[in-house]
Amino acid sequence: MTRFLAGRLVRAVFILLVITVSNFFLIHAAPGDPAAVMAGEAGDADPQFLEQLRERFGLDKPLYVQLGIYVSHVVRLDLGYSYRQQLPVLDLIMERLPATLLLSLTAFAISLGLGVLAGAMAAARQGRLSDTLISLFALIFYATPLFWLALMAVLLFSIELGWLPGFGYETVGAGYAGFARALDIARHLVLPATTLGLFFMAIYVRMTRASMLEVSQMDFVKTAKAKGLRPRVIQRRHVLRNALLPVVTLAGLQAGQLVGGAVLIETVFAWPGIGRLMFEALSQRDYNLLLGVFIVSAAMVLFFNLITDVLYRFVDPRIRVTS
Amino acid sequence: MTDFWKRFSKHRGAVAGLVILFLIVLLAVAAPFLFPKSPWAMVQRPFLPPFENATYFLGTDTMGRDLASGLAHGAYVSLLVGLVSTVVSLLIGIPIGALAGYFGGIVDDVLMRFTELFQSVPSFALAVVLVAIFQPSITSIVVAIAIVSWPPVARLLRGEVMALKSRDFVDAAVLSGQKPLTIIWSQILPNTLSPIIVLASMMVAAAILVESALSFMGLGDANVMSWGYIIGAGRTVIRQAWWVSFFPGLAILLTVLALNLVGEGLNDALNPRLSRKGK
Repeated sequence: MTRFLAGRLVRAVFILLVITVSNFFLIHAAPGDPAAVMAGEAGDADPQFLEQLRERFGLDKPLYVQLGIYVSHVVRLDLGYSYRQQLPVLDLIMERLPATLLLSLTAFAISLGLGVLAGAMAAARQGRLSDTLISLFALIFYATPLFWLALMAVLLFSIELGWLPGFGYETVGAGYAGFARALDIARHLVLPATTLGLFFMAIYVRMTRASMLEVSQMDFVKTAKAKGLRPRVIQRRHVLRNALLPVVTLAGLQAGQLVGGAVLIETVFAWPGIGRLMFEALSQRDYNLLLGVFIVSAAMVLFFNLITDVLYRFVDPRIRVTS
Repeated sequence: MTDFWKRFSKHRGAVAGLVILFLIVLLAVAAPFLFPKSPWAMVQRPFLPPFENATYFLGTDTMGRDLASGLAHGAYVSLLVGLVSTVVSLLIGIPIGALAGYFGGIVDDVLMRFTELFQSVPSFALAVVLVAIFQPSITSIVVAIAIVSWPPVARLLRGEVMALKSRDFVDAAVLSGQKPLTIIWSQILPNTLSPIIVLASMMVAAAILVESALSFMGLGDANVMSWGYIIGAGRTVIRQAWWVSFFPGLAILLTVLALNLVGEGLNDALNPRLSRKGK
């Protein structure tokens, strides 16, 4: 187990290193002077500050020296300074990270929980009306643009019906504390987390249904039937358990997409996470901040993948993942 | 061919998808004739609601631009970006997957590590970064989408090629002295066509979703009207003009749904042994 974990960790660190190096070249590929790019300004940055940056990153030195300096900064978790927001990039990201984690993890729980449940229901009622309906909904949500679904949810539940807040993380200036504040945040969380979750739920529904139908053809299920077990027990204890394996694999692979989806959802709901930060960086042409968010979101995905790899070994002891 | 149609048309959803897709392609091709004026032109008062004016039946946006015209011209852009970026990702993924699968060993190791690298990066975030750095344009959008979507092609091809490599006709080609690249090109690749076609149809759908999301984030080509851009522009006025965001989103939904359904139908028709599993 330790060897396996160490192998995965080395791989994750290597991938992060490659991403850092590519980030460096992307900064140089951005239009304009790299110092101006790092300052987040095109043209009108303070000349003295630009001079400082040139010196700090050795921008007059050969490219490989600059690369070395850049990588050594990132390794020490120095992702640079956002001149636009007058704060270090890492501070900006760390301030926003909890909101993104709350949103993605809630969405993940909703999508996996409801997805597996609905998929299992559809498989158990194969060919009946409820199966057709569930499959149809999954098909439609799988084809719906996330950001549009989010906008329509705001239009319906927030503007028309006034049931739920469609904007922000908590009621500004309400002065809630403790439980009241948690409840307020939870109310704000409902729409973003559900819309983000629905798309992935559609994937899990399709996957669980297909996987369960495949498993139910297998011999051990026939044996269970021949033994006279009740269909419910067979579905739950024999079929679902084995059908969950591909779903777990998929859930790990989905982490990257979940982060991408969070960017869109946070933009629509003004959710103060790193996705919203990415959008702000885009509109302000703050490339240094943009690339900083990119590194951190990549690290987040690698971390999620690592967790799935470990989980997978617990779920399926037959498989010894080679490191 | 008749067998193909028989199997395809058994999937009723796929037939419906094909009809929808045909209509959207028709709309895209006919856009310059149906709406000869630029979709950017102001034609009526801003915030004209839909179904009030017979000429501008979908209403107008914040600038008085015809929404129906925007949808028709946007259809062309969406389909074009979806199609071209899929072709580009096939051009990246097929050689990598085929070489990895055929040669195996160290070639396979290196190429698959490279593929995994791209798979472990959050793909939409990477697309955003690429388009932002290289400045939004149709070319940068197509390239960015291709760069984030080729890994599944490579993995599929690798698996297919590994399975086909041990077949007799490949051994025969090796014995007859054909070079590896010739064998891959003329013996193996033609046999991998069906799964590639099925995957490609789904990839066009995914690419359309990514393109619309990029345009929504303000990373669209400023010279072309696209569905995502209209939704993004209508977002701030959703209280006053729901229709500006509603109709383009519906258009995206229909197009992507149609493509996914066609993909399922193609899968049933091209891989008859695998399909209908559990249906």
